[in-house]
Amino acid sequence: MSGARVWCFGDNINTDLILPGPYLYRSPEEQARAVFQANRPGWVDQVAQGDAIIGGFNFGMGSSRPAARSLRLCGVGFVLAETINGLFFRNSVNYGLLACECPGVAAAFTEGDTAELSLADWTVRNTRSGHVLAVTPVPAQLLTIMQSGGIYPLMEARGLIAARGG
Amino acid sequence: MGMTITEKILARASGAATVAPGDVAVVDVDTAVLLDLSFLPEGWREVLKVHDPSRIAIIFDHLVPAATVQAATCHKTGREFAAKFGIARLHDVGPDQGISHAVIADRAYALPGKVLVNADSHTCAGGAFNCAARGVGGPDMLWAVTTGTAWFRVGETIRYDFTGALRPGVTAKDLFLHIAGTYGAHVNQNVEYGGPGMSGLSINARRTLATMGAELSAEFTIFEPDDTLIDYVRARNDRPFEPVWPDADATYRERRTIDLGTLQPLVALPDAVVNQSVPVGQVAGTKIDQAFIGSCANGTLDDLEIAARVVRGRKVARGTRFIVTPGTQAIFRAALRAGYIETLLEAGAVVTPATCGACIGGHMGVLGPDEVCITASTRNFKGRMGDPSARIYMASPATVAASALAGKIAGAEEVFA
Ligand code: SF4
Repeated sequence: MSGARVWCFGDNINTDLILPGPYLYRSPEEQARAVFQANRPGWVDQVAQGDAIIGGFNFGMGSSRPAARSLRLCGVGFVLAETINGLFFRNSVNYGLLACECPGVAAAFTEGDTAELSLADWTVRNTRSGHVLAVTPVPAQLLTIMQSGGIYPLMEARGLIAARGG
Repeated sequence: MGMTITEKILARASGAATVAPGDVAVVDVDTAVLLDLSFLPEGWREVLKVHDPSRIAIIFDHLVPAATVQAATCHKTGREFAAKFGIARLHDVGPDQGISHAVIADRAYALPGKVLVNADSHTCAGGAFNCAARGVGGPDMLWAVTTGTAWFRVGETIRYDFTGALRPGVTAKDLFLHIAGTYGAHVNQNVEYGGPGMSGLSINARRTLATMGAELSAEFTIFEPDDTLIDYVRARNDRPFEPVWPDADATYRERRTIDLGTLQPLVALPDAVVNQSVPVGQVAGTKIDQAFIGSCANGTLDDLEIAARVVRGRKVARGTRFIVTPGTQAIFRAALRAGYIETLLEAGAVVTPATCGACIGGHMGVLGPDEVCITASTRNFKGRMGDPSARIYMASPATVAASALAGKIAGAEEVFA
């Protein structure tokens, strides 16, 4: 996998920061424009398709709101964090956002570094320092859903929900 | 190798002999609960078939009664969905209305030894009933409703053993604040509660503690069953169930013992729940604009009883708003019969119908800029109850009621002396 530009965030990044409450009742596109507006205003204009977020402990703590979808719509290619909140992880799987735990990752990267993630051997490499870390593998059946655009296409294909245009 | 309660329930529900931390368990869902928010146009998708209508419940709670056209539209979609698939358990605005987790408790929808999912993070409330209940996302809910299944990553379990008994005036909320303040978050871990002191906790106290498991970021928060629980469930739900105890040689990440008799009333400082607990005395005297008792965690009959006991014959301080929201309309009626509502109203409280309301900064108790609130609810995050500049302290209903009388943060010791 080619390198991704890294954006560093700290511990306990909660779903209110990723998807602020007042935007809960707005469209997914409007929600994506509001990501991190309280803690990093303007970030949504700087992040580019395929960039990576590096987080600390309990990334995505908080509510069941579709915060993972917002990150994907912002262009985030993958999230690596020391630990990922369980509910946020479920939503990452279901909305097709690649999110993995990686002990030591917060200290190993500085903003602006380039991360090369390899799912073939579950490692991430910092191209600046050359440092290589082990990424905790995501179970195969969940990785498949994550990488194939989430759970909605699966439900549509099985005739469980109606297809939605677009 | 023995299993914990959560592991045993997930193994049984997935048809496996055993599961262990690190596994992914695909389980049969006994009950799937949809909320009014599930029917928001941006998340809801037209369902073509449901797995089993008798395993679905629909509970309107975040937006009741409807304050906006969008809320009313969610409710309409939900009613039509219930009618189309013949879903009998519809808790609409009216006598059966309530916060989903409180309705689930009132009706014992969460059954011992079974799996329940709901698209709300405080679904772990059902753990008080020895049920593997977990909040999931909107997509998971559609999956559960249409296929009858859900997947879970199996995490390690932290076991808490309670000994002794809470002193008068010390509540389950204080016990939670002690755990959150001492041990912090439990990410990717299950929490299991038991021990000789557990049976002294009322079902309502267990509900408060289980509900607050969401704030520990725990996967499942689950109680051992006992006779009190089994009798409670049998009286309310005639579906069969099989309670689950942990194996004697269950493997825990850690075992921690808490002597309930040593605990004191605590307050969580604003902006985060974990690692924020201080004794009431440390913040006593902080002026407040609003005091709130309610939510899925503290809208039980026990909570209303203790609030009434604290304010009986006294008056809420001038300039302070005291808002009380029962968890369900059934709890509201029980509190009315017991005289708690009258006592609260006489003291100057505003008692609202059962709803998420003020807890989520929705309606009936939203905070303005720079206001200070003390709340017996679930979250004190920045902006949670209204303007982001508002400061939210979190405490037990006893402490909140005493603070409402004083117009500033105050303990309720003298009532229980
Ligand atoms: S009462 Fe509060 S915490 Fe509970 S479900 Fe409603 S909004 Fe969520």
